[in-house]
Amino acid sequence: MDALMLARMQFGANITFHILFPTITIALAWILLFFKQRYSATRDMKWMEAYKFWVKIFALCFALGVVSGITMSFQFGTNWPGYMNAVGNIAGPLLAYEVLTAFFLEATFLGIMLFGFNKISNRIHTLATILVAAGTTLSAFWILALNSWMQTPAGFEIIEGKAYATSWLAIVFNPSFPYRLIHMLLASGLTASFLVAGISAYRFLRQDKCPSVMAAMKAGVYTAAVLIPLQILVGDLHGLNSLKHQPAKIAAMEGLWETDTGVPLLLFAIPDQAARINHFEVALPKMASLILTHKSDGEIRGLNDFAGNHPPVAPVFFAFRLMIGVGLLMLAVAWTSTLRIYRYGEPSKWLACILVGMSFSGWVATLSGWYTTEIGRQPWLVTGVLTTADAVAKNVTEGMIVTTLIMYLSLYVALIVAFIFVVFYLARIAQIKATPLPQQAFSSAAVADVTSKV
Amino acid sequence: MDIFVNGQWLPFIFMVLMGVSILAYVILDGYDLGVGILMSRADNAEKDRMIASIGPFWDANETWLVLGIGILLVAFPAAHGLILTALYLPTACMLGGLILRGVSFDFRAKAKAQHKHFWDKTFIGGSLLASLAQGYMLGAYILGFDSSWMAVGFGMLVGICLVAGYSFVGAAWLIMKTDGALQRRSVYWARVSLWGTAFGMALVSLATPLISQRIFDKWFSVPNFLFLLPIPLMAGLLIVILEISLRKLPQPNDRLCWMPFSGAGGLFILGFLGLAYSFYPYIIPDQMTIWQAASAPESLMIILIGTLIVLPCIIGYTILAYRVFWGKAKDLSYY
Repeated sequence: MDALMLARMQFGANITFHILFPTITIALAWILLFFKQRYSATRDMKWMEAYKFWVKIFALCFALGVVSGITMSFQFGTNWPGYMNAVGNIAGPLLAYEVLTAFFLEATFLGIMLFGFNKISNRIHTLATILVAAGTTLSAFWILALNSWMQTPAGFEIIEGKAYATSWLAIVFNPSFPYRLIHMLLASGLTASFLVAGISAYRFLRQDKCPSVMAAMKAGVYTAAVLIPLQILVGDLHGLNSLKHQPAKIAAMEGLWETDTGVPLLLFAIPDQAARINHFEVALPKMASLILTHKSDGEIRGLNDFAGNHPPVAPVFFAFRLMIGVGLLMLAVAWTSTLRIYRYGEPSKWLACILVGMSFSGWVATLSGWYTTEIGRQPWLVTGVLTTADAVAKNVTEGMIVTTLIMYLSLYVALIVAFIFVVFYLARIAQIKATPLPQQAFSSAAVADVTSKV
Repeated sequence: MDIFVNGQWLPFIFMVLMGVSILAYVILDGYDLGVGILMSRADNAEKDRMIASIGPFWDANETWLVLGIGILLVAFPAAHGLILTALYLPTACMLGGLILRGVSFDFRAKAKAQHKHFWDKTFIGGSLLASLAQGYMLGAYILGFDSSWMAVGFGMLVGICLVAGYSFVGAAWLIMKTDGALQRRSVYWARVSLWGTAFGMALVSLATPLISQRIFDKWFSVPNFLFLLPIPLMAGLLIVILEISLRKLPQPNDRLCWMPFSGAGGLFILGFLGLAYSFYPYIIPDQMTIWQAASAPESLMIILIGTLIVLPCIIGYTILAYRVFWGKAKDLSYY
């Protein structure tokens, strides 16, 4: 394997690991604020208990997000020195604004939010929660502005191979930015709400039906039920935007080789890039044209129009289908659960099991969506400006990348496993704490440990 | 050289900003890395209190590293790629260490009791690895990324000295933030690590002029030498004062408990000034100046405007956070 592929795998591994946690924290911060707000308004302890439980998982996610984010800021230089050389004048200020306006804000007030409750008034504590939530969202704003600019660059000129800004407004609000930002924020909302619903369902199944668990479950399920149709709508708009600005990506997503009218929607196929055909196609006639052009005989450009200049087809094709599949599953589960809980006040046992199984479904959908859009950008790093191959480090050997890749990968896998175990462990521990059977609550060192200290 | 014409002052400003960020990082994350290293010497109850003393702060402390490396990335993109690819492996080690310690911090409190010792070990190991790697990077930078065995050895030595340096700031922090037996142990830790710190500073101060004729001339030409003499003199004096006062700590009513930490800060500032003077105006020693590495002035200007508005706010709410958690660290609880 060559150094370019290894560098991509390493950066991909790191960004994959990183995105898991901000995807939770961006929206979980607002859910926490909702719990806090309900508590301040009603003084009902169930909201405070929900807050106390979820703030622990929030803190864990935040720590994982911070450390993997630090890694990324270094990997720009270690893996892609050509990137900052070519477009540093654009990427630099966007990254700088993210650090200055978002990172310090969230990191500093997180300390106050987590450990300051007894030291400041309830109102100031709520303010700290608001600032942390605002910080996470602001961070998403800046990084998605940069990411979208790499997909659909605007507001710049090239002088002697380097990009110079001509309009910052055009750079930030580049053509794909509004769609991508809303798509990502909704993805975060869905990831966090399915996590909250799933872990609450897990506690419910363990006969932990205290008011705080039920309140959190309802908050998670209802939020998901509202967000998922919005997400499908925004996803569709985002796709239309890509069709206009990145037609090669759409052709890869649809597995369409030849430009055609009345294009069928492929439910399944195995794209063969060497032969430039698909095997085992299962298709709905004319549906792709209908979805993408809103006309049953609309024309869509095929991959052969972009020969030598389009992304690898199979990964984009499959990642896109995985995202759509999980999205539709989310729709079914969220609405079924909403109806059931609305009518009976609690989910059936089977439904609760499905919710537990869907706890991390947001991760799958978000990652497959990111793979679709980022692999779909290839071979470009910045569309039409800089290829990924031109940006890769030239003086780093393959051996060095392999060594560090193995280190990062083993670390990341171990941490994801540890994270999932700890989340479920915290859910079990919370029950023992909530039902204070003396012999249990006070004899177990583990309980005292987890509940009283950090 | 007139740096205040033709937009030439912008890279200079950003060099100062980057320097201040790195200095802030070294002192602030230095104390929590140091506390992490010192945890290898503490018993279980002490570990919990040591963690409690840095709990609310470590996250924001590490953000200074992101800002420092961020300024290098955005203001001096040409140097960013060169430095980080030259330091590829130590950077990966540092990041591995920072990841391990950052997450262990949270996991140790939330995992099962029997796993807590494991997360304590990864916290200590991660802190140690990150500190060693940072010291190694400083050593490699001083030698202009020479890759001979001598250079590797020098990097290792600077790495060990930085471990001592961070342990010293960490111990000084604990003297300020704890009391009782832990405070007394911290005084002992501070006294031991102070000498490692002093040795490291002497080592770097001697190595830099010996490596580069240019740096030698900057320091030892006559009138410069007289103007610069106060830096090593003050550092030496500070070390002596610290040693004497550490012998007398802790004092009744906890007088002067803040003294070692302030002294440590002063020591790091002096060391930093010395290094900054040696390497200015180069961002890669004797190869690339800050002006050769800088971004376009328009881009720097827009970052500067943002910085001037936001940085005072950051400093303001950082002070607020330290005030909220003022005084001795109690057992930290989420509520």
